[in-house]
Amino acid sequence: MSRLVVGPFNRVEGDLEVRLEVASDQVTRAEVVSPLYRGFEQMLRGKDPRDGLVIAPRICGICSVSPSVAAAEALAAAQGLSPAPNGQLVTNIVHAVENIADHLTHFYMFFMPDFTRETYGDAPWFAATATRFAALKGTAAQDMLPQRAEFMHIVGLLAGKWPHTMAVQPGGVTRWVAANEVQRLLGLLATFRRFLQRVAIGVELEAFTALGTRQALFELVETHGPSHSDLFRFLQISEALGLHQLGRAEDRFLSFGAYRQGSGHLFARGLRDRSGPQKLNTGLIAEDVSHAWMQGPERALHPFEGVTEPDTEMAQGYTWCKAPRLAGDPAEVGALARQVVAEHPLALDLVAQGGNVEARIVARFLEMALLVPAMERWLREIRPPDAFIAHGDTPPETEGAGLVEAARGALGHWLRVEGGKIANYQIIAPTTWNFSPRDAAGRPGPLETALVGASRRPGETEPVAVQHIVRSFDPCMVCTVH
Amino acid sequence: MTGNTHNLLWLQSGGCGGCTLSLLCAEAPDVVTAFETAEINLLWHPALSLETGREVTAIIDAILSGETRLDILCLEGSVMMGPNGTGRFHVMSGRDEPMKDVIAALAQRAAHVVAVGSCAAFGGITASGGNPGDAFGLAFDGEQQGGLLGGHFTGKAGLPVVNIPGCPVHPDWVTETLSQLSSGALSRDHLDALGRPDAISGRLVHHGCSRNEFYEYKASAEKLCQAGCMMENLGCKGTQAAGDCNTRAWNGSGSCISGGYPCIACTEPGFEDPGHPFVETPKIAGIPVGLPTDMPKAWFVALASLSKAATPSRLRENATSDRLRVSPVRRSKKGGKQ
Repeated sequence: MSRLVVGPFNRVEGDLEVRLEVASDQVTRAEVVSPLYRGFEQMLRGKDPRDGLVIAPRICGICSVSPSVAAAEALAAAQGLSPAPNGQLVTNIVHAVENIADHLTHFYMFFMPDFTRETYGDAPWFAATATRFAALKGTAAQDMLPQRAEFMHIVGLLAGKWPHTMAVQPGGVTRWVAANEVQRLLGLLATFRRFLQRVAIGVELEAFTALGTRQALFELVETHGPSHSDLFRFLQISEALGLHQLGRAEDRFLSFGAYRQGSGHLFARGLRDRSGPQKLNTGLIAEDVSHAWMQGPERALHPFEGVTEPDTEMAQGYTWCKAPRLAGDPAEVGALARQVVAEHPLALDLVAQGGNVEARIVARFLEMALLVPAMERWLREIRPPDAFIAHGDTPPETEGAGLVEAARGALGHWLRVEGGKIANYQIIAPTTWNFSPRDAAGRPGPLETALVGASRRPGETEPVAVQHIVRSFDPCMVCTVH
Repeated sequence: MTGNTHNLLWLQSGGCGGCTLSLLCAEAPDVVTAFETAEINLLWHPALSLETGREVTAIIDAILSGETRLDILCLEGSVMMGPNGTGRFHVMSGRDEPMKDVIAALAQRAAHVVAVGSCAAFGGITASGGNPGDAFGLAFDGEQQGGLLGGHFTGKAGLPVVNIPGCPVHPDWVTETLSQLSSGALSRDHLDALGRPDAISGRLVHHGCSRNEFYEYKASAEKLCQAGCMMENLGCKGTQAAGDCNTRAWNGSGSCISGGYPCIACTEPGFEDPGHPFVETPKIAGIPVGLPTDMPKAWFVALASLSKAATPSRLRENATSDRLRVSPVRRSKKGGKQ
């Protein structure tokens, strides 16, 4: 048995270390280390509740709108306020732009460059992949970045800037939208749709989202060839490397529900494990600190009672990350979990043999293809003459939770107000779930489970299989601990 | 092209990564083209480079040994000094060494040291709320000189730490500053007392504000999503904050104010703890405490009351409306509609 420390583990958002035990060239045990602590939950205590809308989004620069939406929903719940319908539509659109941009950034900038490593130099797909996906220098980055930047114009117009907009508020948004602007936004969306269809996916979005099986997906690759689109190139590689058999966790998929529509969500809230859909009781969420450099009671606490006190001696544990559990179980979150919980046929088929690297990647494309038509609909549903915001007041003693979906999965903010000030503010971010450490029972988090069994190729110090698995979760380490 | 490539190393510590993500929004030119034009050779960037693990350690060690020349060191995020001065709130992964020590050692090797964003420059949002992590800037703690490297630090080329402020930075602020540095076109004369390039510090956010007419007449919004000036009631600090945010668009056409929310002076040290709710203007006897930086207070008050008395009804009505409801009047030669 040998020990491996992989770090700095880059092309994740923030800093990450992974510690591995390896026997016979296979990972037998993994520990995930989140090495940065900043203390946002401590900073927020004693502040005006509205200040959460300024400070909490700055936890994360890659998914800043998601904590905006979570903070706004938590405060809205505390105020008993419902957003103006226009405000909800604009919030959904701004949030969707960010989530799509994150999926693109992940695929093009973070995930694909690993297939340009020398270890794959003999593969028949290597030359084309290296030209296309070399880190920063590949043609894909040159094609994608301008598209991503122009797509962000939607946020520039609706919300001032990205990241760290303050446009999202408990009762809606801070900017009204005029009828001519709706038309301009539809044009921006049409430009982006063309990029997805021609370059990224290679087929009409509706044709892609209508697929129901992995086999049908691969028939498309067969028909058009792997050079036809960036997704098809990935699928060719995935098939060659067996990425659909790599990186399985416990297959307990959690989603808080994404993009409010009426009384529900575009992508449903729920929980699904190996035996099918389960009832989700968010009251059974609790965070355990047994393996974190954190102080607190031995029993796991629901976030409304949560405590954040770093153990400055770092006496016990191996990470700053707490271990969130749902009814005592770890849960996997992200685009795949969202689409599995929403019961998209393709997503369900992709995980028929369990969650895996390939399914996590394809789910992000599926989500982009589902979101663009939804955004077109939301834009047309805006009624420019109507209000974009409702105003509320925060009672001096109150509490509220904001449970939303960031690009990387379920995000919760739990706010308690006493004497008109923030008394407690607890956050569980998507990667807190996915990159959770062990809990008091010794049960590992999803990534720690998913890494077991990964192979080391001859001569490798940082096994590339480990890198594929880690990055398939699209971790955001700055969110994880915050 | 001069054929002189400039080696750039980018590190991240106590921040959110948002300055890099903002940089990826650069347009005309995009970031890849901007770096190519400036002949910047990216030795390593945590979010963008292929190298991981030991490959990164080797890159850093080669700089520390002098084998690789370091022309520009960029830090994004605050320097984490806590707990108790140990820096162990951020131990660089794979190195078992506090990030603050890695940064300090590399800074000694760098021709130029650049703080990207208000966290790296001054401490920023990571220093908010009592600063639980002991987050500092590279050469400042808020507006006090100090930080990790001390106020008298200069890079090997002779400049102090170049502070590109903002939360986040505008992408052009980064590409233009780095291009100026690599072409030798940034001198001490271009930096203000806080180390900020004059392209940023020479302007106020107020310049070019789309709500300027409301400001002129002190026609003020009372709530968010109203069209009036946000200085009097909603905490807007555009008249006090450095930046060209309203003359250089964000994400195509945006700015905080065009997005309908106040400037919170994110380019200024200490913005993270304003001493009042961000969206509320503190007042004494009904007069806002924070007035334009270089205007005599008595004159401001006198002019404000005069202009308030002269406010056209169009502005007064629009200021508290949730959009521009009353259009400007078009005067015809015959007098027309008033």
